[in-house]
Amino acid sequence: MTLKEVQELLEAQVLCGNDECLKRGVSICFACDLISEMLLYLKPHSLLVTSLTNAHVIHAAQVMDVKAVLFVGGRKPDQSVITSGELNKIPLLATQLLTFDCCGRLYEKGIKTDKQ
Amino acid sequence: MVDSLTYTPQITLEFKIGEKDFFVAGECASRVKKTLQQLGLKQDVIKRIAIIIYEAAMNVAIHATSGMVTVHVEPDAITIRTDDVGAGIEDIDLAMKEGYSTATYEIREMGFGAGMGLSNIKQCSDDLKIESKVGVGTTLNAKVYFQDQARQADG
Repeated sequence: MTLKEVQELLEAQVLCGNDECLKRGVSICFACDLISEMLLYLKPHSLLVTSLTNAHVIHAAQVMDVKAVLFVGGRKPDQSVITSGELNKIPLLATQLLTFDCCGRLYEKGIKTDKQ
Repeated sequence: MVDSLTYTPQITLEFKIGEKDFFVAGECASRVKKTLQQLGLKQDVIKRIAIIIYEAAMNVAIHATSGMVTVHVEPDAITIRTDDVGAGIEDIDLAMKEGYSTATYEIREMGFGAGMGLSNIKQCSDDLKIESKVGVGTTLNAKVYFQDQARQADG
C-alpha cells in the first residue's frame, strides 16, 4: 500500500513529505521503541512505527534505509527532528492511535514483518 | 570482484564525542554511511559499519567523559576505533551479555540502554577487541572486511 493509504488508514497527520513521497509503496513494517532493536531488526524500506520522538529515531531510520516513520500515541517530535526528516528525505507521520491499533490495522491490510 | 576497493584512497574520519553528547553519536553513523555510499561500498557492509559506529559512539557518549571515534577505510576493510576517557568496564564478558546494562533511566527513556549495544557491535564485526581499565577508559577496535559477507545476518 502507499504511504498515502497508510496515512488515511491510521488517521495520521503528515509532518513532512510531499505528495510525491506519499506515493511510495510500503509492504513491511516494524514497531519498536528501542534504538538498538531498530538497528538489529529493521529491514530496508520498512515503515517504522514508534513512540520515540527524538533525533535518534531519524538517525536510526537513515542508517537502516527506512521508508517512513510513524509516531504513535499523539506524540510529535520537535521541529528540529522534523527538519532532519525532511533533509534525509524520510516522510514523517503522526497519529493519535497507539502501537497495537496501528499494527493491527496495517496487518489487516496485508502489511507484515519481514522475516528474511 | 568489485567488492575490494583497491582503487579507493585510504581515508580516515574522526569524530570527537563529549560527555552525554548523544546527538553527535547518531550523527557520526549517519555521516559515515553517506561517505561510504559515495565510495560505492555494498549496502550490507555499509549498514554493519554504521550500526557499529552508532552503538560504539553512543557507548562513549553514555558512559565516558570524553572520547574519539576513528573510522579508517583500508583497501580491503574498515576499522572502527573508539578511545574514551571515563569509568571503564569492570567485567567485559558481563558487559557483552545481551540485556546487561548500567545505563540510567534518562538514557533508557531515549530508547537506549537496553544492554544490546555491545552484542550488536559483535554481531556486525568480523573482528572485535575491547580493552578497558576501570577509572581510566575503554578502547574498542572493530573490523569489517569487504569480502566476507556470508557470515552476516542469516547466521
